[in-house]
Amino acid sequence: MNRKSSPWAWLAFFVGAAYFLLPLIATFEFSLRMERGVYSFKAYQVVFGDPRFQETFLYSVTVAIFTILLGVLLVVPTAYWIRLRLPQLRPFVEFVTLLPLVIPAIVIVFGYIRMYGSNSPLPLLASTGGTNVLLVIGYAMLSLPYMYRAVDTGLRTIDVRTLTEAAQILGAGWVTIIGRIILPNVLIAVLSGAFLTFAIVIGEFTMASLLNRPAFGPYLQLVGANRAYEPAALAVISFIITWGCMSVIQVLARFAPRSPNSR
Amino acid sequence: MADVTAPGTAIAPSAPPTARTAARFPTRWLGIAPFILFALLFLILPTLYLIVGAFQNADGAFSLNSIRDLFTPSILAAYWISIKVSFASAIIGALAGLAIAIAIIRGGLPEWLRSTTITFSGVASNFAGVPLAFAFLATLGRLGLVTVLLNEIGINIYRLGFNILSFWGLTLTYLFFQIPLMVVIITPAIDGLKKEWGEAAATLGASTLQYWRMVVIPVLWPSFLGTLVLLFANAFGAIATAYALTGSSLNIVPILLYAQIRGDVLHNPNLGYALAFGMIVITGLANGFYIWFRTRSERWLK
Repeated sequence: MNRKSSPWAWLAFFVGAAYFLLPLIATFEFSLRMERGVYSFKAYQVVFGDPRFQETFLYSVTVAIFTILLGVLLVVPTAYWIRLRLPQLRPFVEFVTLLPLVIPAIVIVFGYIRMYGSNSPLPLLASTGGTNVLLVIGYAMLSLPYMYRAVDTGLRTIDVRTLTEAAQILGAGWVTIIGRIILPNVLIAVLSGAFLTFAIVIGEFTMASLLNRPAFGPYLQLVGANRAYEPAALAVISFIITWGCMSVIQVLARFAPRSPNSR
Repeated sequence: MADVTAPGTAIAPSAPPTARTAARFPTRWLGIAPFILFALLFLILPTLYLIVGAFQNADGAFSLNSIRDLFTPSILAAYWISIKVSFASAIIGALAGLAIAIAIIRGGLPEWLRSTTITFSGVASNFAGVPLAFAFLATLGRLGLVTVLLNEIGINIYRLGFNILSFWGLTLTYLFFQIPLMVVIITPAIDGLKKEWGEAAATLGASTLQYWRMVVIPVLWPSFLGTLVLLFANAFGAIATAYALTGSSLNIVPILLYAQIRGDVLHNPNLGYALAFGMIVITGLANGFYIWFRTRSERWLK
């Protein structure tokens, strides 16, 4: 089976490469054409100079950071506890974490709008702050499948039981155990999940738009509907952000421990 | 760092496990209480709310009218185009992704090409939504680079019937994240094909073709089908790309639901619930198959 490189392999590779590189090249080329007759970075200048770009981008970065914090608070103790005390519930919890892949984001946010309106017992949508909280929660749910998997993979590489017992013998409480023993040990896995969450949240459109929040995704859509060259520049910027997040995850993976008790 | 382990304080201050309650309650269960509470409040109950609403009339009484109203020509057409786009992009994406994965792993291509492809797939599978629509407008829109270049050599793809704001335009765009997703998921499965199986087949006198037909395809089949279903659900729930690409000119289900949430275009809130219910049924069925296929394929890849 291990012969020299097959021509079919090269063909598949080149067809694939053409399909994936052409849109990127075309987008980049298009983004440079704002000034008639010459290539320039004018579109990028316009985009970066737009105060709404700065506001919405900052808003989405803030939301992403809170989403990551909430995701970590929710997932790390749960995944830890499942490994330590409730392994019989693992299939159930894994099923729940997969639900956001089954239920489309637009359905989840539709449910929020109907359940948390101003007449409900928990009127999150009645205030701006509450809507922001709901958006963060919604994003935490969207990233749940990825965050849970990342953390669970990280936990697999450490000996949770021994670490916990050692900490308990030394008199540590649950807060200390999770915050100062477990979290640092799965930090690389948590960071991988965090950067994936960031990549998902930063340009998300559906939830932000339907909750009427001034996020980066709806801003992108608005620019796309009204401008010619700026959207291409924004697409290039978005691609670079996604690329950056994935590169960080790859670099992190190199530092991740491979097997139990390896360090 | 002290409050790092107080999960769910925003919503349920009473939920986190504390030492004080240890004596009375089964603390084992309290450990995942915040997670369960969050999942209930922000995932399961909102979905159930819509599902229940789909089976009610405006007064809250049980009624099948909304479900029945789904079977009107315009809504059925929206489901049909959604299913067609999702299915086409899933099956083409799965086959193309499989071909690329096999090419980089088994095709004897240089090692750096393999790692570059896998890294790029990770990026491209997450490059969806509004920016992806921009990229394809810049490529295959009326003024896109490829459209213009083809025009210069005498091929006017728009005159030939192509339109980026159409079934094929949307499918072609979705493939940009579908193919890489297939590569990302199927690569470990192909890596899981043990070298010994190939050697054993060769020892028994199997030709390369027989090895593929009788070993590789049966082993990869469940993960292939499983990923196919995941790609389908992935495309079916997507809205941002289609919305940014076509506005509301292509009436797929998520866009119809989006318009309904924004302004009750169906003039019947319960019909909106039924629309959401239909989406859950379709992605739920798809993912049910996925889980079934995955448990079958994992038996082989241990």
